[in-house]
Amino acid sequence: MRPLREALAGMRRAPVLTFLSLMAIGLSVFSIGLFALTAHNIDVALSNVEGRVEVVAYLRDDASEELIEIARHEIESYPEVQAARYISKVEALYEASRELTEFSDVYSDLEVNPLPASLEISLRPDFRTPSDVEAVADRVSTDHFVEEARYGREWVDRIYSLRRVAGGAATILGLSFALGAALLIGIAVRMSVLARAREIAIMQIVGATDAYIRRPFLIEGLLTGVGGGLLALAMTFGAYQAVERTLVSLAWLPDLWTTAGLAFAGLLGMLAADRAVRRELRRLDVY
Amino acid sequence: MVQLRSVTKSFGGSSAAVLDVSFHLKKGEFAFLTGASGAGKTTILKLVHMLDRPTSGEVRVSRYSSSRIRRRDLPDLRRRVGYVFQDFRLLENLTAEENVAFALQVTGISKAKIGPRVQKLLNQVGLAARARALPRELSGGEQQRVAVARALANEPLVLLADEPTGNLDERASAGVLGLFQRINASGTSVLMATHDSEILRRHRNVRVIELEQGRLVFDSAGGTAA
Ligand SMILES: Nc1ncnc2c1ncn2[C@@H]1O[C@H](COP(=O)(O)OP(=O)(O)O)[C@@H](O)[C@H]1O
Ligand SMILES: [Mg+2]
Repeated sequence: MRPLREALAGMRRAPVLTFLSLMAIGLSVFSIGLFALTAHNIDVALSNVEGRVEVVAYLRDDASEELIEIARHEIESYPEVQAARYISKVEALYEASRELTEFSDVYSDLEVNPLPASLEISLRPDFRTPSDVEAVADRVSTDHFVEEARYGREWVDRIYSLRRVAGGAATILGLSFALGAALLIGIAVRMSVLARAREIAIMQIVGATDAYIRRPFLIEGLLTGVGGGLLALAMTFGAYQAVERTLVSLAWLPDLWTTAGLAFAGLLGMLAADRAVRRELRRLDVY
Repeated sequence: MVQLRSVTKSFGGSSAAVLDVSFHLKKGEFAFLTGASGAGKTTILKLVHMLDRPTSGEVRVSRYSSSRIRRRDLPDLRRRVGYVFQDFRLLENLTAEENVAFALQVTGISKAKIGPRVQKLLNQVGLAARARALPRELSGGEQQRVAVARALANEPLVLLADEPTGNLDERASAGVLGLFQRINASGTSVLMATHDSEILRRHRNVRVIELEQGRLVFDSAGGTAA
């Protein structure tokens, strides 16, 4: 365990730099963690909404119930369609007055029911992409007693694009923190290399391979990285709890994501250390 | 074994530290590399250990050449060429035996083999009794012998020693020379830099390669024939 001992000694030798590196990696992974939390919760919300993705076909008032029933059967035979439910004018009015209680008086005063009958068409899980939904809506609207077909896909797409924007922002933020973290770890490791220059020179003289010499420094980078990752995990969990307690109920990240975050932090630390120590070793030896 | 072909090393000053030097140290041979201070002895030893590159010419050691060797071959070369520095270069926080073991650990051989091997090396240099001492608790001659044991750890083909008697009294010097002769008798080539004329006088049968301001001016094995 000589390399581990030396890695810890190296971290103790420059506590301020080690702390700064830890913080930088922590912030880097924290910004990624916040995005992950947002993205994951959007995903959870979307998967609930997606089950309800449907096309609504509003029917002309002059369509007879028998014809509508035939059309409903035909629509249900489309490969994309899971079910088509008939909502009569009366049911539509009832639903509307129930959902929009402020207007219930208005509705009950009406002499003529202004709401059209409709078919609510739900789609099979494999056919819920925007293009499928649009295709079904187009096909249904060609039916001559369909007034208009609408689908609620637009706002789902809007949420998706919001998620992409948030993801882009978090990636840029995370990457700039990661760059700063890599620089700091590089400086910390180079200080460790310089502090041990004499020992490294002796290692080279007695025939140590570069890989052997690098090992403790890589471990130093790995430990700093994983330490920063744990810090980020703690901060992300803190943010999660704060939101959970004060604003809305959230879902915590899947284990796979948190593990991947820690692995990323460790890898970042190790790569930064590797780069720094390689450069120093090339400087120390002339070949 | 060790061959220099028209080697010149310049550090950018007006005159070269080593100028057009050629010689061949054969397998199992013992030679003194001599000359006044600043003549270029240390520079030549460093070139042989490939701690430095020649400005022109070629240094060959075993199957390696200074003009073709790759960075990843250096560890193997350095294990084949033991180097005893003038200032010993021991690690101050390690004991004598740990300093010797260090040279074995870096090669990745098993712990079980290191212990007995270190014991044998310290016996060989007559330092078994001081195995647990730190460098600062040892005399100059004793530190020198730790450095020799470390240089021998990986069974080198050649042992380079830079003024190994420079800091030692007469008795200790004689001891180190005797040690080198025994090492040489077991088949290891030895190239020892020294400007101690007393030593040259006492060992008239040993080959002498003499430098003057970087040039080879005398080789008792027959001029510059390489
Ligand atoms: N790293 C260096 N940079 C500049 N000049 C050097 C360097 N090493 C040696 N020299 C010069 O090269 C010459 C030979 O030095 P050196 O090989 O140490 O001689 P010696 O070991 O015989 O005393 C000297 O003039 C010395 O100043
Ligand atoms: Mg010298």
